[in-house]
Amino acid sequence: MLGANCLRANSWVCGAYLSSREGQIIHFTIQHLELSGLSIGLGLVFAIPLSLLALSRRWLRASVLSLLGVIYTIPSLALFVLLQPWLGVTHATPVVVALVAYSQLLLVRNFLVGLDEVPAEVIDAARGMGYGPLALLWRVRLPLALPAIFAGLRVTTVSTIALLTVGGVINQGGLGSLLFQGFQDNFHAQVLVASVLIVVLGILADVVVVGLQWLATPWQRAGQA
Amino acid sequence: MARHPLATGGPGVSLPGQTISWLADGNNWRGVNGILDLTVDHLEVTGLSMLIAAAVALPLGIGIGHRRRGGRVITVVANAGRAIPPLALIIILASEPSFGVNTRTAVAALSVFAIPPMLINAFTGVRNVDVDALDAARGLGMNGPQLLARVEIPLALPLLATGVRIALLQTFATATIASFAGTRTLGTIIQINQATNQEQAVLAGALVIAIEALLLDVVLAWIQGAVKPGPRTRRRWGEGRPALDSVVAVSVSEAA
Repeated sequence: MLGANCLRANSWVCGAYLSSREGQIIHFTIQHLELSGLSIGLGLVFAIPLSLLALSRRWLRASVLSLLGVIYTIPSLALFVLLQPWLGVTHATPVVVALVAYSQLLLVRNFLVGLDEVPAEVIDAARGMGYGPLALLWRVRLPLALPAIFAGLRVTTVSTIALLTVGGVINQGGLGSLLFQGFQDNFHAQVLVASVLIVVLGILADVVVVGLQWLATPWQRAGQA
Repeated sequence: MARHPLATGGPGVSLPGQTISWLADGNNWRGVNGILDLTVDHLEVTGLSMLIAAAVALPLGIGIGHRRRGGRVITVVANAGRAIPPLALIIILASEPSFGVNTRTAVAALSVFAIPPMLINAFTGVRNVDVDALDAARGLGMNGPQLLARVEIPLALPLLATGVRIALLQTFATATIASFAGTRTLGTIIQINQATNQEQAVLAGALVIAIEALLLDVVLAWIQGAVKPGPRTRRRWGEGRPALDSVVAVSVSEAA
């Protein structure tokens, strides 16, 4: 299966594909990482103020979550296509904007769940120690909400990397583009390599986020040891 | 391809205008590739995949939950379901000659991805049944199957329903891209018109898909509210949305 014959035979597993298209594979892998990384990063940037907004008023919380839920319900291919006329067809902006919009439901919900789960006694104790509302949020509620926030970030990371694949249908999806091109050319090795790489990227990114959580919550480690 | 979509069409006719006239044209609603027929096809593929997935996921999730072990397996399935892009499986199956480009391939792929949400929710629902309730039932002399039928499943019903709702919405969404595996769904409108550069039709198709998904969500929320046991409370639309009650629960327990 290692010779160039496997290319001619259109084998699923083909070493010659890897060696002959190395540059192309690396190009699309980097693009996939860039686009999903940008989407996840921007997702976090937007989720923080949105969560604080949702936290400030009870009716705002319901409205924000409803709106995010409505966006989340729109199938991805439809949303990509609907954004294209306004954001452009020659670049990936519509895909990134859609992925950021989808991530908000997951991130904001877990943000709120985390902040809600801080025990009332802890908040009372902090107030008693003289913490103002901002210090309370920043130094007590936020750290205690970190496990739930990271849980949301993990789900967001893995699903964003997978969802970007659909962008391949409009040729703006990193490895999804390689996958879809492989399908149109009936090129089995390319289809399999692209698919496997997407799954591997998702798993690796998940491991990275778990590592970040380990670094960010030292007190949890102490508890486990 | 490089053309800007706003630049297409006759002079002075904007893309939104063209899209609306495409939707207003009755010919685009009737016939084999009309919106109505494709909607029926889309719902058929979605429904069939859901039935197959439910037949696997619900008994399995309830069974594992009843034994109160095997949570790790459920977590692995949940994570795999999230990490594997449905489009990749659809394309792999469609490229493989033994499956090929046909409706059977699409249904196979869609069924696989409908399993995790139902499996997780069935498992979580049954496993989270209050231990006191189980003890009380045992005290009344109930055996395993009776416990399952009269206590665990009824108490797990809200989460079971949520799982079915998440799976159904997700299958409806994924059926859109399943058109590329050779089945006829609403995605077909996007697929055939993209190939011929009919931007207004592509846009109209996307609009129809988005609106139908939202309508389905409203209908499911209504059904879920109607069959919900206990006192009827008014709920704002979108509250208690499938939104991943289960994802939050599973992930938090992972993190803990």
